Amino acid sequence: MKLKLHVWRQKSAASAGRMVRYEVEANEHMSFLEMLDVLNESLIEKGEEPVAFDHDCREGICGACGFMINGVAHGPMPGTTVCQLHMRHFKDGDELYLEPWRAVAFPVVKDLIVDRGAFDRIIAAGGFVSASTGSAQDANAIPIPKTGADMAMDAAQCIGCGACVAACPNASAALFLSAKVSHLGLLPQGQPERKERALKMVAAANHELFGGCTNIGECEAVCPKHIRLEFIARRNRDFLKASCTFREETAAAGAG
Amino acid sequence: MSTASAALTGKTSSHIGFWESTVGKKAVMAVTGAILFLFVVGHMLGNLQIYLGQEKLDHYAHAVKSIPALLWGVRLVLLLSVILHIIAATQLGLRKRRARPRAYVKWASAGSTYASRTMYWSGPILLAFIIYHILHFTTGQALGPEFREGEVYHNVIVGFSFIPASIVYIIAMLMLGSHLYHGVWSMFQSVGISHPRYTPLLKKLAAIAAAALVIGNISIPVSVMLGILK
Amino acid sequence: MKLDSRIPSGPIEQKWDNCKFEMKLVNPANKRKFTVIVVGSGLAGGAAAATMGELGYNVRCFCFQDSPRRAHSIAAQGGINAAKNYQNDGDSIYRLFYDTVKGGDFRAREANVYRLAQISVNIIDQCVAQGVPFAREYGGLLANRSFGGAQVSRTFYARGQTGQQLLLGCYQALERQVNAGRVTMFPRHEMLDLIVIDGKARGIVTRNLVTGKIDTHLADAVVLATGGYGNVFYLSTNAKGSNATAIWRAYRKGALMANPCFTQIHPTCIPVSGEYQSKLTLMSESLRNDGRIWVPKKGGDSRRPVQIPEDERDYYLERRYPSFGNLVPRDVASRAAKAVCDEGRGVGKTGLGVYLDFGDAVRRLGRHVVEERYGNLFEMYERITGEDPYSVPMRIFPAIHYTMGGLWVDYRLMSTIPGLFVLGEANFSDHGANRLGASALMQGLADGYFIIPYTIGDYLATAKLDKIDSNHHEARRAENGVNEQVKRLLSVKGKRTVDSFHRELGKLLWEDCGMARNAQGLQYAMGKIAELQQEYWQNVNVVGEGAELNQSLEKAGRVADFFELAQLMCLDGFERNESCGGHFREEYQTPEGEALRDDDQFCYAAAWEYMGPGQKPALHKEVLSFEHVHLAQRSYK
Repeated sequence: MKLKLHVWRQKSAASAGRMVRYEVEANEHMSFLEMLDVLNESLIEKGEEPVAFDHDCREGICGACGFMINGVAHGPMPGTTVCQLHMRHFKDGDELYLEPWRAVAFPVVKDLIVDRGAFDRIIAAGGFVSASTGSAQDANAIPIPKTGADMAMDAAQCIGCGACVAACPNASAALFLSAKVSHLGLLPQGQPERKERALKMVAAANHELFGGCTNIGECEAVCPKHIRLEFIARRNRDFLKASCTFREETAAAGAG
Repeated sequence: MSTASAALTGKTSSHIGFWESTVGKKAVMAVTGAILFLFVVGHMLGNLQIYLGQEKLDHYAHAVKSIPALLWGVRLVLLLSVILHIIAATQLGLRKRRARPRAYVKWASAGSTYASRTMYWSGPILLAFIIYHILHFTTGQALGPEFREGEVYHNVIVGFSFIPASIVYIIAMLMLGSHLYHGVWSMFQSVGISHPRYTPLLKKLAAIAAAALVIGNISIPVSVMLGILK
Repeated sequence: MKLDSRIPSGPIEQKWDNCKFEMKLVNPANKRKFTVIVVGSGLAGGAAAATMGELGYNVRCFCFQDSPRRAHSIAAQGGINAAKNYQNDGDSIYRLFYDTVKGGDFRAREANVYRLAQISVNIIDQCVAQGVPFAREYGGLLANRSFGGAQVSRTFYARGQTGQQLLLGCYQALERQVNAGRVTMFPRHEMLDLIVIDGKARGIVTRNLVTGKIDTHLADAVVLATGGYGNVFYLSTNAKGSNATAIWRAYRKGALMANPCFTQIHPTCIPVSGEYQSKLTLMSESLRNDGRIWVPKKGGDSRRPVQIPEDERDYYLERRYPSFGNLVPRDVASRAAKAVCDEGRGVGKTGLGVYLDFGDAVRRLGRHVVEERYGNLFEMYERITGEDPYSVPMRIFPAIHYTMGGLWVDYRLMSTIPGLFVLGEANFSDHGANRLGASALMQGLADGYFIIPYTIGDYLATAKLDKIDSNHHEARRAENGVNEQVKRLLSVKGKRTVDSFHRELGKLLWEDCGMARNAQGLQYAMGKIAELQQEYWQNVNVVGEGAELNQSLEKAGRVADFFELAQLMCLDGFERNESCGGHFREEYQTPEGEALRDDDQFCYAAAWEYMGPGQKPALHKEVLSFEHVHLAQRSYK
């Protein structure tokens, strides 16, 4: 099949970008990224710079890949990252627009690559359980109801790809953030820091200039791991409770 | 990048106040939205008494105004709600613009309702309508010399006999329906209430409430135009 | 050079305790004065960086991905072993130890493996404490399953995403230390050389993958946790970015490379569909718990699988290995698949595939049970192939998956360069010639959480480390070398793309140093690789510049190292005149076609020393002794 591509080309964060048109010959067994590989090989052979895009595992789990295909994050198939999107879902003559995630918190690095360091900083702000190595009790000491554990797993599946931010008209990181708040908040191990976590992670997202959630639901629709809007409600609940009952700590951790 | 955003927000604190946060603002919008929604429901139920005749309606209007403390209390709460709702929405809107300074060349919806995406349009239009509506039926400037203080039935018939005004009302009510179709379930989500069993139900109830409000309210200008109400 | 594996004294059960007691400690107040570089942020590197941060060291962690959360550990599906014996089915530390040594075909160091089995228990505790959502039973206790080649249920799992969940636990611990200021993260940085000063590892040279800037980073010790080198084959189940450059640079600086020919072929991958194929996708081995593997009895049978009646199907694993059946270890299952395909009985368009059939499982358990157990894997299969595995049997074929070989390390995970520690898949230590399923995650986390934090303390407490600065001539030399290589790659300006060379190298290696090898093929490959390598440096085309994000340049440097590594793999395989585990030399097999070890001559780890460009590397042998698990031919019949 022959495809017409319009690809966002931008040399670096500082330079201006533009859409550039390419034609590429693909076949239906290729993955979307393999189709771009083919394009890139042909560009290199012509001495042109290949299209830069993030990718690594190509199994839909590392979360490195992702860009907009015709205005939809990760393209038209639900629950599928671009690396797992196969060309059989497109047809000869299709015209495709490829753009990077756009958000002030995700500055473009080059072409379709953006800097998602903001996500790491949000996790660093509080998306963890403070359990230093060596301090753990036996793994079966606290039974965890299966439904709670399963729901925690549903939330924990987030791959941090950033599609939720990209798809959100507000460029909000609510779904990403709520996945971590819910994952840890649903487990007994996450309880001691539950309030702190919600406060700090929401503060970090605010600081990174993500927009606010207006419950529109685009994020849920494009999420390759089916993270649910329900988790955003959990985050709201945790944050509102924490915000209303917040107290300054009176002594540092470990202080006697 | 963090330094850039720190310069923009001027903040490095790891904690965030209720009102500073987008979550807090949305909670405020949810609560004020709920108040306004309840008012709109009550307002419509009051208005529908028009079908019971002039006497009933004017009597109701009189009763409402007979206890000034209550009347002004309610008006104050509503005014505060509207103001908070608008401030929060405006700030979230500004944040939205700052969060994505460059728009997509191409963007397509993958799973949101038209109503939810147009809240930033339906909101301001409703505000304009509310101002017009107050000038029209409460203070009377928009109705002109035909306005008679306290004679609600008369004012409504006269007001809606002017077709452009009726059209404005009909359009505004459709906007209100759209706004509430998203807003009524969304307010629960904003304050943290969501459950796979109840949320679909809530969404249905929101749709029903929105439809009922639109139909109930629109029925009045339509009835006037059709001559059912005279 | 004499290899000293520093195995502690005492009975095997007490070796690690003895070692821990013998090791010197660093005063808590002094820890922050030591800087440790960790390269790689997967299970081993991430766990090491987080834990050393918790201890108070000043840690600098590097990864080439945009975030430490994307390290390829994330793709591990099946699970992690631990000798918890929660299922009361007769498991024990000793049994896990025994299984791992035997599964590794007696080419691993007993003391290391025993320690691994001991620590496995703590790993699960630690991960649960971090909030890893392992699968649970209705009563709320942890669930287990049996996994690839084990007869006890000792595998802990989180759906088909165990690696992801373990890595996220580790990543969260790491980010916590970043927040505390004890770990500095350098994402999108690639290590391009090791700095050795006065015989000790003292730093690395990196390229910032966004700006192209070459930098020197100095430290008191360097920890490499950069994973395996499976991508030398081009097509593998590794992530596209996985590479051998860090360990290869260390090798060229004097660290010994052990058993490079020990590569693991995973039996259940989705077959190749065309030339453009960029990677192979693994289907979790857990599928073999309920799926049955078969091919048609007669060759060239082109009927659709459902049309082939039961008595014309050959369930060859069940036939050849009645007691383990479809659950034989990976190397055995892979070779058996190759054998039936070589006989012309392979399925699919290419003839390189066998069926993995869930028809019986669906009939026996019901579709919903199969869906619950493997739903996400089936979905993935359907996404890639467009076929529905509930109604049509899956087609699978072996693919390169893991490399048991790696930098040689002693019991304390230190390489032959003092101060250079190597963890996880990057080292050679625990899996011998074949790794059992669900053991890679266990090793990575054992090394990172529970071994290196102790052993590095002993090194830092006892090594006399002089103050150095980045103007030291060795640092300058390393940095200049990196700059020159970048310039050289950009200046070739030939006709062929990096990928086309890599693809050719991979094919060559797969043919002659893949699932089955022989002396003639290995010699042929060595000659061919040298030719290809020569062409590479004359005809490769790397577009773009050095001082920018340049993905072709990144690949070009990695492939340059893969050529050299491929040579060493072939040499190692050529010199090892026996079959063991993943290394199957066709000349050495039993009449039934099983691997035939030669314990009299080859019961050693082959550690290769770099002798300079174009020189034949020198072989050093670490003789392995088996005092607890007695040498025997593996039998899964």
